[in-house]
Amino acid sequence: MVSESGRTPAVEPRRFFLERFGLSENQLEGVLGSAIAREVDFADLYFEFTTVESFSLEESTVKKATKDVSQGVGVRAVAGDKTGYAHSDDVSLENLRLAARTAQAIAREGSDVGPVAVSVQRPTHDLYRLDRPPIEVALTDKIALLNQIDIAARRHDPRIVNVLASLTVVEKRVLVASSQGYIVGDVQPLIRVSVACIAQDGSNRRQGSSGGGGRSQFDYLLEADRAVDFARQAAAQAIRNLSAVDAPAGEMTVVLGPGWPGVLLHEAVGHGLEGDFNRKKTSAFAGRIGERVASELCTVIDDGTIANRRGSLNVDDEGTPTGRTVLIENGILRGYLQDKMNAKLMGMAPTGNGRRESYAHMPMPRMTNTFMLAGETPPEDIIRSVSSGLYASYFGGGQVDITNGKFVFSASEAYLIEDGKITRPVKDATLIGNGPDALTRIKLVGSDLQLDTGIGTCGKDGQSVPVGVGMPTVRIDGMTVGGTAA
Amino acid sequence: MSDWSLEDIAGFVLDEARRAGAAAADVMVAEGDSLSTAVRLGEVEKLKRARGKHLGLRVFLDHRSAVTSSSDFSRDSLVNLARETCSLARVVEADEYGGLPDPAELAREIPDLDLFHPREVSAEEGLALARKAEAAALHSDPRISNSEGGEFDCETRHAVYASTLGFRGSFRTSSFGISVVPVAAENGQMQRDYWYSAKRDFAELEDAEEIGRTAARRTLRRLGARRVPTQQVPVVFEAEMAASLLRHLAGAVSGYALYKGMSFLSGKLGETIAPSFVTVVDDGLMRRGLGSRPFDGEGVRTRRTVIVDRGKLESYLFDSYSARKLQAQTTGNAARSIGDAPHVGSHNLYLEAGTTSTQEILHSVKRGLYVTELIGHGVNPVTGDYSRGAAGVWIEDGELTHPVEEITVAGNLLKIFQDIEMVGSELNFRAATVSPVIKIAQMTVAGA
Repeated sequence: MVSESGRTPAVEPRRFFLERFGLSENQLEGVLGSAIAREVDFADLYFEFTTVESFSLEESTVKKATKDVSQGVGVRAVAGDKTGYAHSDDVSLENLRLAARTAQAIAREGSDVGPVAVSVQRPTHDLYRLDRPPIEVALTDKIALLNQIDIAARRHDPRIVNVLASLTVVEKRVLVASSQGYIVGDVQPLIRVSVACIAQDGSNRRQGSSGGGGRSQFDYLLEADRAVDFARQAAAQAIRNLSAVDAPAGEMTVVLGPGWPGVLLHEAVGHGLEGDFNRKKTSAFAGRIGERVASELCTVIDDGTIANRRGSLNVDDEGTPTGRTVLIENGILRGYLQDKMNAKLMGMAPTGNGRRESYAHMPMPRMTNTFMLAGETPPEDIIRSVSSGLYASYFGGGQVDITNGKFVFSASEAYLIEDGKITRPVKDATLIGNGPDALTRIKLVGSDLQLDTGIGTCGKDGQSVPVGVGMPTVRIDGMTVGGTAA
Repeated sequence: MSDWSLEDIAGFVLDEARRAGAAAADVMVAEGDSLSTAVRLGEVEKLKRARGKHLGLRVFLDHRSAVTSSSDFSRDSLVNLARETCSLARVVEADEYGGLPDPAELAREIPDLDLFHPREVSAEEGLALARKAEAAALHSDPRISNSEGGEFDCETRHAVYASTLGFRGSFRTSSFGISVVPVAAENGQMQRDYWYSAKRDFAELEDAEEIGRTAARRTLRRLGARRVPTQQVPVVFEAEMAASLLRHLAGAVSGYALYKGMSFLSGKLGETIAPSFVTVVDDGLMRRGLGSRPFDGEGVRTRRTVIVDRGKLESYLFDSYSARKLQAQTTGNAARSIGDAPHVGSHNLYLEAGTTSTQEILHSVKRGLYVTELIGHGVNPVTGDYSRGAAGVWIEDGELTHPVEEITVAGNLLKIFQDIEMVGSELNFRAATVSPVIKIAQMTVAGA
C-alpha cells in the first residue's frame, strides 16, 4: 500500500540516480530505445547503489569493520528466450549507449527504434518504511550490540569458550527503467546478525549457531532481547551438542520443528517450481500443474509481501510488484514462480519473482519467503505420535538437483525421538529425499506456523539473494537420515 | 582519474590514508573484462559482456583496523574512502596481532608464472564453441533429450597490490572455460550432469566436442539410478569428488579455523593423519596454474607448502595475522577479496598421484560405492563429522553395476583420511584443487 505520508520511496531513487550520474530522463529513454531493436521484446536498465557495512567479534573483541560501496548499471535486452546483457560500474551516457548496443546484439537485426517513453511508477507496496535506516545508526551502537551478544553467550555456560558474532547492515538503492514504459525505484534496507558459539568440555568441542534480522530498523534486534536470545540459543545448542551421540542412518520417521526447518520446502519444491526450469522442462516438476505432489495437509505459499521480512521486496528486480503465489494447495501443484521472460514464454503472468544479486547479474525466477500454512495438530501431539524417529529443529544449508528432484538439508540440531519423547541429541546429519515425493509423506501438520528469524541466503547459478522460509511442526514418514550409526 | 594507472590510484589512496591518520595501510585494486556466452538446444540463449573495477583499502591506526571498498574511482570518492576507513578503524577495538606482514616475508621479485594469455574472443566465436560442445552431447545418444545448455566464458584480470611497507606488485591473468550440462531421460526418469574445461590459455582448452561427449557419458551413466539399503561399505571417490575432501582439509589447516577453535585438525601438527602414501601439497607457483599467484594478498611471496607429508600433518596454512596469533610464520596463503581483510586460502592444492589404476581400485572392492556427485553442506568443521547427499555407481565384485541416488555417505573426516586405502595414479590439473581417485576403506551409506 502506498502510504499517505510525505515520503515517496518511488521518486527518491530516481532523483538519486539521475543526479548521481548526471543523466536526464530523456537520455534514459534514448538508451532504452537503442537497446530495443525490432526483434527485441523488451529492454531494461537496472541502476544500483549499495552500501554494505559489517562488524565482527571474536575472542570478546570487535576487531573487524568493513564497508563496501558499489554502484553500477546493468542493461538487458530480451528477445524470445535470448538475453543480451552488459554491465558497467562506470555509469555515463556513453557507457550506457555502448552497453545498450552490446545487449541488443542478441537480436539478429539491430536498429535503433528511437526513444521509448517511460512514466514514473510508485511501488504498490511499502513493506519496509523505516523511521531511521539501520545504515544511519551510530557505529558504536552496532559494536555495543555485538559485545552484548558475547556477554550473553558466555554467561549462558562457562563451557562456551569462544563466541563469533557478526552484524551486517545493507542499504540497496535500485532503479528499474523498462522499455515497457515504466520507471520504478526502491530503497531496500537489510540487517542480519549471526552468532556461532564453541563449547568445550575436555577435548570434546562442539558448535552451535543462530541469528536473525530482516528489512527492519536496527532497534528490531534490541527489542524483546532478540539479539541476546540468538546468543543464548547458539550457546544452548553448542552445549547440548556436547552430549550428542552418533546420528542414526537409514529411513525413518522425521519430525521437523517450526520455522527455519522450512528450508525443506525451499529445497524439496521451491527451486523445482521456478519458471526457468519448468519452461526448459529440466525440472522434476515440469508439466505437473494440477497433479498431487504433497499430502492434502500441505499448502505451500511464496509471499514477497510480508512486511519487514528478509525475503520481501516492494518490487522485484525487474520492477514487477511482488505478490503471494500459491505453489501447492492442499497437496495439488498450483503454480510456478516467474520472472518476466519466463512468464511470457510460458503464457503466464509474472509473479514478482524476478530477482538478481546485483547490477552485474541477470534476473531469474527466485523465491522470496516460502512457507507452509499451519495445520491443526498441536506440536506436542506430533512428537507423542512417534515411537522411534528423529526430531530436527535447526539446519545448516541445503541443496537440490532440480532435474532428478533429489534434495538434501543438513541438521545441525537434532534429537532422537524414543517412545513419543525427545531424548538424546545427535551429531550433525544430512537428510535426503526426493522433491516430488517428500511432501506426500507428510502425515501430520502442526498448528504452530513460524517464519524463520531472518537468516537465509539462497544461491542459484552463482547468484546469492536473501530469502525467508517458514513451516509449522511436521511429521514425515520415511525420510532418509544420513548418520553413521547403521 | 580515468587516465591514471591502477598503480597510480593505489599510490594516491595510500597517500590519502596516511594523510587521514593511518599508521600503515595496504590497498588492492583490480579491474577485469569478461565475456560470457550460452547456447541451449543450439540456439543463442545468453550473451553477457562486462567491465568491472574495484578497490579495497585496509588501514591500521595503532592496532585498530578497518577495510573499505568501492567501485567509484573518482578523486573525491577516493579521498573520502581513505578518511572513512580511518574513522571506521577508530571505533573498533585494538588487536595487538593486527598489522602488515613482516617486511622480510614480502616477495622481492614478482615471478612470471605465465598466467596471462590474452586472446580476443568474439561473441560469435564463443557461441560457436558453446554450440559445438552442446551439439556433441545432444548427438551422442538419443536419450540425451534436453539440455541446460553449453557455455563459453573468458575473462582477463589485472590486480595491483601496494602497501605502506613500500611494496608494489601487479599481475595479470586470463582464463577461458567451456562447459556443458546435458539432460537425459529414460523410463520417466530424468538426470543431468556436466563436464567442463578451464585454462589460462585458450589454446589449451580441451576439444569442445570431447567436453560435450564426456558430459553426455556422465549424464547417461546416471539413468536408471536407484537406492541401495543402508550399510557400511568401501567408498571410492571419483577424482572430482575426491578434490572436495581436500577442500575440507584446506579449511581445517587454515590458521583462522585453528585459532578460532573451529578445526578438527587443531593440535594435530606433526601427527600421522593419513597412511604413508598420502602427500598433500599446496603450490602457489605452478606455471599456468588456475590457483597460482606471484604474491599473496599481503604481498608475501607464494611458495610450495607440503601440508601432509607421507601421512604426517606437516604444515598448516597461514597469512601473517593468523600466523602471529599462533606464533607461526606466514606461508604466503593470504587470500583477499577486495572488500575484506585477508583470510587463508589454498592456491593449487593437490593430492600426489599414487600407483594404482582406477580399474585396480574398483577391482579391489567386493561391494561398495563409486561416488560421482556430492550435494549439500554436511561437514562440521569443528568435529569433522561428515554427512553428504551422494549419487554414483554401485560396485559389485569389482565391477561398476547400476547407478545409485538418494543416498548419503557419512563418517568423520579424521577417520576418512586415516582410512584412505588407495590413491589413483592419474592426476590432472584441471582446476585449482585436484586429486586422483581415492578409496576409503569404509563409510556409512544410508539409503532405503
